Amino acid sequence: MAPHAAEAMEGDARRERLRLLALSSPAFLLVFVVLLIPVGWLFFLSFIDKDGFTLSHYARLWQNDAYFEIFRVTFLSSFLVTVLTVVLGYPLAYLLSQLPRRAAIIGLTVVLLPFWTSLLVRTYAWLVLLQRKGLVNSTLMSLGLIDEPLNLVYNMSGVVIGMVHIMLPFMVLPLYATMRSIDPGLMRAAISLGAPRRKAFFTIFAPLSLPGVIAGSLLVFIYCLGFYITPQVLGGGRINLVSMKILENATIYSDWGAASALGVVLLVVTLLLFKAIQMIVPVDRLMGRS
Amino acid sequence: MMDMDSDPTVSHLRRLWLYLYCLAVAIFLLAPILVVIPMSFSPSEFLEFPPSSLSLRWYQSLFNSAEWTGAAIISLKAAVLTVLVATPLGIAAAYGLQYSEMGIAKLVRSLLIIPLIVPVIIVAIGVFYLFARLNLVNTLTGLVLAHSVLALPFVIVVVSAGLQRFDINQELVARSLGASRLKAFRTVTLPQIRPSVMSAALFAFITSFDEVVVALFVSRGPSSTLTRKMFTSLRDQVSPAIAAISTILILITFLLALAALASARGDKAQKS
Repeated sequence: MAPHAAEAMEGDARRERLRLLALSSPAFLLVFVVLLIPVGWLFFLSFIDKDGFTLSHYARLWQNDAYFEIFRVTFLSSFLVTVLTVVLGYPLAYLLSQLPRRAAIIGLTVVLLPFWTSLLVRTYAWLVLLQRKGLVNSTLMSLGLIDEPLNLVYNMSGVVIGMVHIMLPFMVLPLYATMRSIDPGLMRAAISLGAPRRKAFFTIFAPLSLPGVIAGSLLVFIYCLGFYITPQVLGGGRINLVSMKILENATIYSDWGAASALGVVLLVVTLLLFKAIQMIVPVDRLMGRS
Repeated sequence: MMDMDSDPTVSHLRRLWLYLYCLAVAIFLLAPILVVIPMSFSPSEFLEFPPSSLSLRWYQSLFNSAEWTGAAIISLKAAVLTVLVATPLGIAAAYGLQYSEMGIAKLVRSLLIIPLIVPVIIVAIGVFYLFARLNLVNTLTGLVLAHSVLALPFVIVVVSAGLQRFDINQELVARSLGASRLKAFRTVTLPQIRPSVMSAALFAFITSFDEVVVALFVSRGPSSTLTRKMFTSLRDQVSPAIAAISTILILITFLLALAALASARGDKAQKS
C-alpha cells in the first residue's frame, strides 16, 4: 500500500475516534453547566468574603464547637449504620450465595423490593412504625418485654434504624456479587481435607469475601455522610448532620461562605473514600448487578 | 469419601440459626411496605394498624385535592421529560465513549459518572445557586435539567453494560453494506441493547420521580413535586393520606419494575 494511503487511513481512524468522542459532548455539556460549574463556584465561594480571599470559613469549621459536634454526630451515625448493615447484610448475602440460583432470585427480590420503593415512602413507614404508639412499641409491650413505650424516633435510634433500612440493599448486593464469585470447590476441598466447617469458613470464605465487605461498607458510609431526607424526618430536627447544616446555612442564613466550606469538606471526604472503593471494585460492577 | 455437605438435612439443620436470622432481616426489609399498604385503607384520622375497618376515604380525599393531584402531575411531567433528556444523551455518550479509543474518553466518562458520587445536598445547593442567576428556580425546565444530570450516570452505566455484550462488528457490517451510521445504529445495534435501554429509562424515571433534595430547592410553592410536598407535610403531621400516596407510589414502582422485567424476558425469548 502506498504510504500516503496509509496516512489517509490513519487520518480517517483519528477522525472517527473524534466523531465518537463528540457523541458524548451533549451529555458532558449538561453535566458541566449544571453540576461542575456550580460546584466549582461553591469551591470559590468557600474562600471568599466581602474583603476578598479568606480562610475564615474553614477556620470557623475548625474552631466552632457546634461544628465539631455536627461532624462527630455525622461520622458516628454513618459508622453505626455501616457496622449494622454489615452485621445484618453479611449473613443474608451468605445464605443467598449458597442457595440454588432460582431460590436466590426470590431472596434477592426481598432485597430489591424495598430498594425500588420510594425513599420517602420507606422513611414515612419507619416514622409510623417507631412512634410511641406505633407497631414496634405495641408489639414489644404486648410481648411483655417493656412496660413503657420506648422513644424510638426523633432521636439517634430512629435515624440509625431508618438509615440502616435504606442502606441495607447497597450492602447486600455487592456482597452477594462477591460471594457468588467465590469458588464453592475451595470450601468443599478444605472440609474434605478435614477442616471443621467453622475453620474453613473463617480461613477461606471470609477473607475472599472481604473485598465485598470493604466496598459495600465504603459505599454505605459515603452515602450516609451526605444523607439528608431520612435523618431529617426521623431525627425530627434533634439530630444535626452536616447535610442539614449546609442546607440551613444556604437557605435560612444565606451564608454561602459557610455552606460552601462545609460542602467542600463533605465533597473532599466523599471523593477520597470513593477513590478508595474504586481501587477495590470498579463502580460499574457495583452498579451493574443491582 | 462422603461429602457431608451433599446431605441436605444435616446442612439445613446446622443452618437453622442462619435461616432464622435471615428471616428476621427479611422481615425488617419488608416491614415498612407491609405496614403502609393496609394502613392507607383505614377510615380513621389517626394511624392505626391493623385498620379497624376498610375504607377508601384517604384515596378519595387525595384525588379530590387539587394540590396533591397538581403535584403528582408535575412529578410525572418532570420524570417523563427527564427520561426523554437523559436517555438519548446517555446512550450517545455511552456509545461514543465505548468505541472512541482516545485517552480522554476515560476522563470524560468519569466526569459523567460524578453526579452519582457527589452528595445530593451539594448538587442541590450548587444548582440552586446557578438557577437563581438564570431565573430557572421553580421552573419545570430547571427541575428537568437537574434531574437529568442525576439520571445520566445510571443511563451511561447501564447502557455501557449492554454495549459490552454486543458485538460491534454487526453494525460495521451493516455500514459496509451501505447503511448510514444512524440507520445502522437504529436497526442493528439499538434492538440488541433494548433491555439495557429500557432499564436505563426506568432508572431515569425513578431518579426523577423519587428525588426530593434538589426539588426542595428548585421547585417550591405551586410547582412542588409530589415527593417534595410529601416531605414538607411529613414535617407537620403524620396523616394517613401520606399512606395512601405511598401505596400508590409502591404500586407504580412495582408495575414499572414488572414491565422492565417482562420486556427483558421477551427479548430473551425472542433471541432463543
